[in-house]
Amino acid sequence: MSDMALESPPPQRARRGTKALDSLILLLLMLGLWQAVGSWTQGVAVSPPLQTFLYLADLMTQSGFWGHVAATMAAFLMAFAISAVLGLGLGLVFGLRRFAGDVAEPVLAGFYTIPKVTLYPVVLLIFGLGTSAKVAFGVMHGLVPITLLTLGAVRNLPATLLRTARVLRLPPGKTMAWILVPACLPDIISGLRLSFSLSLLGVLIGEMFSSQRGLGFLLVSGMAQHNIPLSTAVVLLIVIIAIGANMAMLRLSRRFTHRKA
Amino acid sequence: MSDTPHVVMRGVVRRYEGPPPVHALGPIDLDLARGEFFSVVGPSGCGKSTLLDVLCGLASPTSGTVSFEGKELHGEVPDGIGVVFQEDASLAWLTVRQNIAFGLRMSILPQREIDERVDHAIAFMGLAQFADHYPAQLSGGMRQRVCIARTLVLRPRLILLDEPFGALDQQTRLLMGDELLRLWRETGATVLLITHALDEAAVLSDRVGVISARPGRFIDLVETGWPRERDSRIVSDPNFGALTSRLWLSLREESMKTLGRVA
Amino acid sequence: MTRGRAVLAVRVAVLAGCVLLLEILCRIGVINPLTVIPPSDMVASMIEHVGSGDLDDNMIQTFSTIATAFVLAVALGTASGALLHRSSRLRDVVDPLLASYYSVPTFIFYPLLVALFALGKTPLVVLGVLSATPAVMMSTLAGLDGVPRVLLKLARAQRLGPGRTFCWIVLPAALPRLFTGFKLALSYALIGVIAGEFLLSATGLGYAISFAYQSFDNRAMYGLMLFVLLVAVVANGCLYSWEGRLARRRAGR
Repeated sequence: MSDMALESPPPQRARRGTKALDSLILLLLMLGLWQAVGSWTQGVAVSPPLQTFLYLADLMTQSGFWGHVAATMAAFLMAFAISAVLGLGLGLVFGLRRFAGDVAEPVLAGFYTIPKVTLYPVVLLIFGLGTSAKVAFGVMHGLVPITLLTLGAVRNLPATLLRTARVLRLPPGKTMAWILVPACLPDIISGLRLSFSLSLLGVLIGEMFSSQRGLGFLLVSGMAQHNIPLSTAVVLLIVIIAIGANMAMLRLSRRFTHRKA
Repeated sequence: MSDTPHVVMRGVVRRYEGPPPVHALGPIDLDLARGEFFSVVGPSGCGKSTLLDVLCGLASPTSGTVSFEGKELHGEVPDGIGVVFQEDASLAWLTVRQNIAFGLRMSILPQREIDERVDHAIAFMGLAQFADHYPAQLSGGMRQRVCIARTLVLRPRLILLDEPFGALDQQTRLLMGDELLRLWRETGATVLLITHALDEAAVLSDRVGVISARPGRFIDLVETGWPRERDSRIVSDPNFGALTSRLWLSLREESMKTLGRVA
Repeated sequence: MTRGRAVLAVRVAVLAGCVLLLEILCRIGVINPLTVIPPSDMVASMIEHVGSGDLDDNMIQTFSTIATAFVLAVALGTASGALLHRSSRLRDVVDPLLASYYSVPTFIFYPLLVALFALGKTPLVVLGVLSATPAVMMSTLAGLDGVPRVLLKLARAQRLGPGRTFCWIVLPAALPRLFTGFKLALSYALIGVIAGEFLLSATGLGYAISFAYQSFDNRAMYGLMLFVLLVAVVANGCLYSWEGRLARRRAGR
């Protein structure tokens, strides 16, 4: 009832101005904290912000560094692609076939909660030391979220949509393309966003444990060689990439999901 | 019935600062006699719910006064008022019995009296079968009955209902209306019912107030003249048609304003 | 047979079938025993190691670290979540941070934490807290947001006062979502701590697995792995069914 709209306090348009300022303050606070930790530990654990940025800038001029970045990106993109395609497919199947979905869902959800890192030795034993192990590990992390979210979205599709498809006499392919996927798109994109972060995590963890190439390896070897600026710079780079990608995907998802305000 | 009105509203106005500033309600002048059944009808967005909020003290008027039993309200809900809201206000984590008893959680009555009142309310509202069920297991109409029962146990002297049957189908509404009349007669309370259903207002009330589009003001006050012992079968009375049409004719223009059309 | 039981039966059958298949493939040599050992050997190894008492120190170490991280995360998370809920200005600023938090692989901070706090329990607890707290914050916010406005009006109509409104209305109404947060907190704390122990630690179950792997003691490694996975599944499973019971009563809300 529009009556109810009068019950709530007026909208927060007035606050947008302070939000920008507050965000800036928060950013400065975080940088300040970083600086404090860096100087208090005298660069033994973390190198201070300015030094890190300069080191990172310097790193980016070295071709060896880009070799590592390429190694991580290659493994990650493969892991993400496999997770996405496999996950979407499985999610659609499990969502449409109720029984199979009900059987599989707790198993998938359970897999999500176990410390997959303990399975990494098995991955190494099966795939050997190399890129395929990293990719496999990335897929292990990234597959489940997209599967579960797609499964949920398809399963929760309002029955009226499918009935409409039948009334319009749409063949299964068109039903999927014109009704199913668009309706599930918000959750699918959510799942992709999660899978993105988790595949990246998987690949990085793999590199941190046993690899001679990649950003994860650089991070760990930096610590081993007491090259703190290197480790901090790598962490900074990963953080920037992760947050940047996440925000880009959020923006993308907003364009595709006009339903939810 | 005493001579002094039970509830008095004088010059009540409710504005919101905004942005943008909104003149939601008023000025409203209203006297409710003790034991009266008064309905309020009006187009959507006219401020009916705001009227209820101001009446019981959930909101303060921007100007004007509200008095209950001779005492002015100051932003607090006084003792003796029961409210049934439009949305489902049943507590999902309590059984029906516990929900109803919740009304008396703050009271200092002995446990025996509390149990008696709860049992009585359960029986009165026909919930005996479901006393140990959870609200999620009940239909919307039953959940509203639980909320009404919860108000009942307090023995309020003024009962306010904000479109309590809004989500129900027509037939259930008519039956619930009968229950409401029973409740009203048994408790002797003053009842103010907000509804958008003209027939409901016409059947149930002693008087009906028609509110204009925003900012809401009373544009008509209709006396029904019904006997106290009435139920939904009064729709067969010839006056019912006349009443309902009078209400609609008063309301039609206002409703069209709300819909954005010219009368 | 009800559908629920049928689903359960099929699930058990499929899982048992996979385990059986693995067992057979290992025994007949299709799968290299140096890579994967038969499940029955895994179980035997697990019982051996756990039963022998050699693992006790590592177990106590790991479980106490996880417990500490969990309790801290829950306390910090609910407190800060409640704080954010009250201050909309603070919340506006922190919201985007929270939303992006889990896109960053928290684990990459672990080596820096070790350098900061020296090897031991502290960096593990900090890692666990860093992993788990935002989830609790987000579910606290969701829980408090999800209290239906009409119930707050009800509280005022019944003149409950702020304390009683919180205890009798807000808390019970928010509980399911809060509990989801606790469940996630345990999951993330467990994962974080074990992963940390695995990468860089001197004690703990994660370390024990890593050590077994590096010593080429596959049998011990698989036994320990199975144990850790079972603990994780059981712990999470308990909380999950508890959560389910809480939600089922209120289903439809």
